[in-house]
Amino acid sequence: MSKDLTIGEALRQRGVSRRGFLKFCAATASMMALPPGMAPVIAAALEKARRPSVIWLSFQECTGCTESLTRSHSPTVEGLIFDTISLDYHHTLQAAAGDAAEAARVAAMEENYGNYILVVDGSIPTGNPGFSTIAGISNLDMLRETAAGAAAIVSVGTCAAYGGIPHANPNPTGAASVSDLVSDKPIINVPGCPPIPVVITGVLAHYLTFGTIPELDDLGRPRAHYGQSIHDRCYRRPFYDKGLFAETFDDEGAKKGWCLYKLGCKGPTTYNACATTKWNEGTSFPIESGHPCLGCSEPDFWDGGGFYKALSTPTADITRTAVYAVGAGAAAGIALGAMNRTKQKRMAKEHEKVTIDDLEKGD
Amino acid sequence: MSEIELFNWIRGPALQIATLIFVVGVVVRILEVLVLGRKQDLSEARGSGVAGGLRTIISRMFPDRGTLQRSTFNVIAGYVFHVGFLVTLLFYTPHILLFRDSLGVSWPALPTPVIDATAVVTLIALIAVLVHRIQHKVMRFLSGFQDYLVWLVTFLPLLTGYFAFHRVVLDPQAMIAVHILSVELFMVVFPFTKLMHTFTLFMARYYNGHIAGRRGVKT
Repeated sequence: MSKDLTIGEALRQRGVSRRGFLKFCAATASMMALPPGMAPVIAAALEKARRPSVIWLSFQECTGCTESLTRSHSPTVEGLIFDTISLDYHHTLQAAAGDAAEAARVAAMEENYGNYILVVDGSIPTGNPGFSTIAGISNLDMLRETAAGAAAIVSVGTCAAYGGIPHANPNPTGAASVSDLVSDKPIINVPGCPPIPVVITGVLAHYLTFGTIPELDDLGRPRAHYGQSIHDRCYRRPFYDKGLFAETFDDEGAKKGWCLYKLGCKGPTTYNACATTKWNEGTSFPIESGHPCLGCSEPDFWDGGGFYKALSTPTADITRTAVYAVGAGAAAGIALGAMNRTKQKRMAKEHEKVTIDDLEKGD
Repeated sequence: MSEIELFNWIRGPALQIATLIFVVGVVVRILEVLVLGRKQDLSEARGSGVAGGLRTIISRMFPDRGTLQRSTFNVIAGYVFHVGFLVTLLFYTPHILLFRDSLGVSWPALPTPVIDATAVVTLIALIAVLVHRIQHKVMRFLSGFQDYLVWLVTFLPLLTGYFAFHRVVLDPQAMIAVHILSVELFMVVFPFTKLMHTFTLFMARYYNGHIAGRRGVKT
């Protein structure tokens, strides 16, 4: 496809109707919590926008983010919008291989220096550079080189955003997030394991419409998608409020669709759009399928004390601490008690009886 | 440190530290009292000391008529906040899960709205006893820094827990973190203050009851 086509032209070429395009724009506006009047503005901006060059780097990742964004949603208009950016480098999706692939990256960088969008999935090992390389280039070097000419960076998936699973204790590769390593570029974190497809297209649409990055929360996530917790928007919330919980995965409570808090649901501390946007074209989300939220869009979700341990339980072994504490306390208590007894006896022994004579001496 | 890292630290290492101080402190203080022992009573027993001791532990749970009439407010407000505190602590589902995880025992929970209402009543009772303490001339005179500190560390877990449950004031995760932190403060302060009465009251009652029982005096 020619790079000179606008997104509008490209979509028409692909047979997307005007109606379908406007529906996408309206959905994007409402998803970004913008007033409905913004839908035509988004449509106009997207119509005219030149397809921006996107370089997609995959580091220590599982390709789940790419799976989520491309394959499962490719028949939808979101997928097409994604197609219509100029995805100049993506080593899983591109046809070129070897030197040709790297040449495509270098060419895209040179042609659009300072203007391309860099998308990263996967964390970057900071230990031995040999832990993860592409075409003999270490992940760290490739990130630094490519980030230098980027207009903005989108960290797709929890690994790129916060280090994710490679960063999990004990972090053998010294995995780091993009924002740990790059500080001079605007970075948008789109965490999730994987993230919801329309969230990434929404972020790109925002960038194309306004030319700015969306409003971010303190973890660098777009507030429009990560502004509310799963728990606050969960359809099982009334059961939590009533105190009705599933105790196991196959008890009566589970069958009746009661709250999964006791089974380890991390919904109360997880911010993501799953409960509203849902997955698979709005079909459902993990809690709707009967599984507690893992908290995958939060940093260090892998080290949060276990997926099936309730949120109110400690992340450390408190039982062992308490047992040791009782032992230490008993030893110290008996020792101190013995000292006190000795002192008591000594005081009794040293106690001198006062006689009338003693009292008179002072006069 | 990100918010979730802080949250996991508060749920993990910080809780371990608080548990260590709490358990070591409480065990040491109880053993100190027990090991010191009591002076041997050489008189001939006129009744059972042990029975008297055990009976007194129970009987002192209920206020006698005279005390109730003399300080009605103190007795009622005191009972309300003690019972309310224990109910919210012991019968709220997330708390029971904590005990099940750390002590291995669990029991049925009360419905969440009941806990919610209990927490409100308890908070009101705690504010009432504080106002009373400040307004009552004699009580104010008898109160020191520790009395206000103990009130504060008791009040905070209830207040922050109430906020966390209703997901107000701070964002929910931060509020839960503050709530757990306030409980850890309570646990750390506990062994060094009057909060020790939670355990020592039983020993004091037993000793009193034992002395009386041995002398054949009804308590």
